[in-house]
Amino acid sequence: MHSFGYRANALLTFAITILALMCAMASLSDNFNTPTPSAQVQVLNINWFQKQPNGNDEVSMTLNISADLQSLFTWNTKQVFVFLAAEYETPKHSLNQISLWDGIIPSKEHAKFWIHTSNKYRFIDQGSNLRSKEYNLTMHWHVMPKTGKMSADKIVMSGYRLPAEYR
Amino acid sequence: MGWIGETMDSIKSLQIRQVLTQAVSLGMIVTSALIIWKALMCITGSESPVVVVLSGSMEPGFKRGDILFLHMSKDPIRAGEIVVFNVDGREIPIVHRVIKVHEREDTGEVDVLTKGDNNYGDDRLLYAHGQLWLQRHHIMGRAVGFLPYVGWVTIIMTEKPIIKYILIGALGLLVITSKD
Repeated sequence: MHSFGYRANALLTFAITILALMCAMASLSDNFNTPTPSAQVQVLNINWFQKQPNGNDEVSMTLNISADLQSLFTWNTKQVFVFLAAEYETPKHSLNQISLWDGIIPSKEHAKFWIHTSNKYRFIDQGSNLRSKEYNLTMHWHVMPKTGKMSADKIVMSGYRLPAEYR
Repeated sequence: MGWIGETMDSIKSLQIRQVLTQAVSLGMIVTSALIIWKALMCITGSESPVVVVLSGSMEPGFKRGDILFLHMSKDPIRAGEIVVFNVDGREIPIVHRVIKVHEREDTGEVDVLTKGDNNYGDDRLLYAHGQLWLQRHHIMGRAVGFLPYVGWVTIIMTEKPIIKYILIGALGLLVITSKD
């Protein structure tokens, strides 16, 4: 009844139960945090804007991104993945999302940042619809926990417009 | 003589009963594991609700040996989500992040491009030859939850099968020899 195996089993089961419970509580505690992040993006320059030989429009731009994501961090946050996407509609596609820049924020100290960059990924349309196209720039973030549920949210910034002519 | 025969009979019946009980309890363990797995499949709508991260392409977010919980809903795929996808001609599913989405107006079909957070370029090199985009049917699910380190158990077991056999043998021995 009270053999070594029996006691070892009871101890192991108890330890795993407590560990699972602590993981669940850590994940649930994230719900008490109500983040208030902010972001601003400026398009400083359209570097070039042309139609590829295969008929798709491509644009290269210089961006100025500043954001304060410190409020997203809790004790259960391993990192925050943040990216800026251009989002627009075309007659053929009801939604186009193109990631222009992304970054990994490892800690709260790095969560308030300012960056001056050209687009990291190519901004290519499926077709030739980008001339004087109005688009949104959306700052998305993805909170990766030490354990438990992942969460994501975004800030939509609207009212950006591409030039009417290739350059 | 009658007395010995009676004792033998009682011992035999006892053993048979004990063996049966143990077989039933072993069966209960196996079936309950199966039930939990199938129930997870029903709840999450994904054919493999739990996956183990095998590569470092999503570091530092996901490391080798971490476990991801998947969910497959009817919701459309959006940029930034971490999806698990199968590429034609590759057996092992890949866990990467969506960076581009083009959704068709008429049919609602999506063209998706993915990239690993830790990789330099996008995934077009990993896709089948000449494939530029992933479609809906390539995607098995999106990652919703995360548990570190637990996946090492399966990685060790698949890479060192001898440990698996030792473990199964030891557990089997324990079940057979245990007395209630």
